Amino acid sequence: MKRRTFNKMLGAGLLAGAAPAIIGRAAAADPLGIGYIYVGPVEDFGWTHAHDVARKAVEAELGDQVKTTFVESVKEGPDAERVIAELASKGNKLIFTTSFGYMNPTLKVAKRFPDVKFEHATGYKRDVNVSTYNIRFYEGRYVQGVIAGHLSKSGIVGYIGSVPIPEVVMGMNAFILGMRSVNPKARMKIVWVNAWYDPGKEGDSAKALIDQGADVIAQHTDSGAPLQVCQQRNVVGFGQASDMITLAPKAQLTASVDHWAPYYIKRAQDVIAGTWKSEDVWGGFASGMLIMAPYANMPDDVAKAGKAAEADIGSGKIVIFQGPIKDQSGADKVPAGTALDDGAIAGMNWLADGIDGQIPS
Amino acid sequence: MDQAIIVSFVLSVMTASTPLLLAATGELVTEKSGVLNLGVEGMMLVGAIVGFATTVHTGSAWLGVLAALFAGMAMALIFAILTLTFLANQVATGLALTIFGTGLSALVGSSYVGTAVEALPKVLFGQDALVYLSLLAVFAVAWFLRRSHRGLVLRAVGDSHDAAHAIGYPVILIRYAATLFGGAMCGLAGAYMSLAYSTSWAENMTAGRGWIALALVVFATWRPVWLLVGAYLFGGIMYGSLAIQAAGAINLFGYPLVVPSQLVSALPYLATIAVLVVISRDRVKIRLNAPACLGRPFHAAG
Repeated sequence: MKRRTFNKMLGAGLLAGAAPAIIGRAAAADPLGIGYIYVGPVEDFGWTHAHDVARKAVEAELGDQVKTTFVESVKEGPDAERVIAELASKGNKLIFTTSFGYMNPTLKVAKRFPDVKFEHATGYKRDVNVSTYNIRFYEGRYVQGVIAGHLSKSGIVGYIGSVPIPEVVMGMNAFILGMRSVNPKARMKIVWVNAWYDPGKEGDSAKALIDQGADVIAQHTDSGAPLQVCQQRNVVGFGQASDMITLAPKAQLTASVDHWAPYYIKRAQDVIAGTWKSEDVWGGFASGMLIMAPYANMPDDVAKAGKAAEADIGSGKIVIFQGPIKDQSGADKVPAGTALDDGAIAGMNWLADGIDGQIPS
Repeated sequence: MDQAIIVSFVLSVMTASTPLLLAATGELVTEKSGVLNLGVEGMMLVGAIVGFATTVHTGSAWLGVLAALFAGMAMALIFAILTLTFLANQVATGLALTIFGTGLSALVGSSYVGTAVEALPKVLFGQDALVYLSLLAVFAVAWFLRRSHRGLVLRAVGDSHDAAHAIGYPVILIRYAATLFGGAMCGLAGAYMSLAYSTSWAENMTAGRGWIALALVVFATWRPVWLLVGAYLFGGIMYGSLAIQAAGAINLFGYPLVVPSQLVSALPYLATIAVLVVISRDRVKIRLNAPACLGRPFHAAG
């Protein structure tokens, strides 16, 4: 779906808001309509791209049983509510809303369409017809940290953060824990870009971090610009959300790749079978929702260490937020012998020992 | 800070400032002729993708830069035909041009996502030719507007198109030329984004820099040399805020220096509003520098 259709939908969404009951009663034999709403363009080469790859996988797997629709580049806010309502009123019975900021719009629309199932990515509010789902991205960050620990000569990693939310903070902490499991003296320098997507600023952040001695760059923003700066400056880094090796063939070590396909296929099958329930799913390596892009630009023994970390996290042998973990002030944040539960991880608002810089308030 | 860091800092600030400077220089000339073209962002994006695509297919970055220049001009030509020949509203047409350029560049660019090209070759002190061109262009425009006869005519057209017309100057033709120059510079700014700043195409990659360039022209109160100051100030703040974070804790009088990145993003616009407030208190200054006929359509029969 291109912009023209999107604009039409925006207009239609206004009408749909007024008369939701009249439109869209799909007959039972019809394919299951599945709607997706994306925050970025499908060609962003990152977050949205990964969701769209999974959408296509659903179509490939379930064929005639489903019919998918997507709307891209929808701003978080009032527009989102209209677009979600429009998707629901067009006969889609399962709707994936794929950005954190769609949380409240999704819940609002869900109340108006009780027979439609909603799935909100990365959120924490659920309802009878609203599930939440997310990937344990921090597991991939830990593996990246292990690799960085082996490769970094300066012992300094530069980390480009987007916005200060727990999702990003837990990634930073997991990374430094992984890095310090190899090199206990490793340090992390961070830059907040205050945007998910601004290639210019992301690349600039990488430059600033490299100038400060970082020889490995990690990012929690969406463009490939930091990796390209790495390649120009002869340092290495990690791709974000998608395999970005084509942008920086000499610089990308690996990337945590969001693999939503198994989840999307399963949930579509659940709706078709009538077994769909509201749930909260947070999957990592073990569930197949998170995979690492092919390892490159590193010696074999480092790749082996990375693979071993992947396997151990998947099997539960490594528990990432297992105490003792100190925070920046040196205080014991997680005492020895205990591990953080999912609630504490999901609300993380402190930085671990070894990280320079702070979470902007 | 050691020397290498300072050098790298200066180079990075120049890189961050150059697209602002290129686009703002073009827009300044356009506005001086009395035409307000709000399509800077759109022209930059089209320049960025056309320059990038040309470079990918021909392997020559300079052909890419040239193609971007013409792409920006083509966008400006659409604007000029609509507003100067058909007398459409300039503000509405300019906004439409930005929306059109954003969509068009995304459409053309979708097959280039994930492709990388070689950066523009460096010519001197680790910077490429477009950086020096941007500096040269500011001074050339400053000289042109203040010292040359043609510059005087252009300013006359922008200040009173009726008087310029009465003396016999081709008002519409001159405005066409100024608008096309503005488009060409925006095209170059776009090429700088996709061929030097980051060497790949990404949808909407200018991320609002076209709007900052527009704000810069007002910030500089339509004076080219102040444009240079403003562009490097904004570029410096943009990059400086990132560099300060990367350097970790910098203490000022015992307090850690924290620059909220939200504030930095808003700063160019805040500064522009502040300048607008200041100059609106000083009528002489506005009369001296702001083009009096800015945004007003000209119809010879009128």
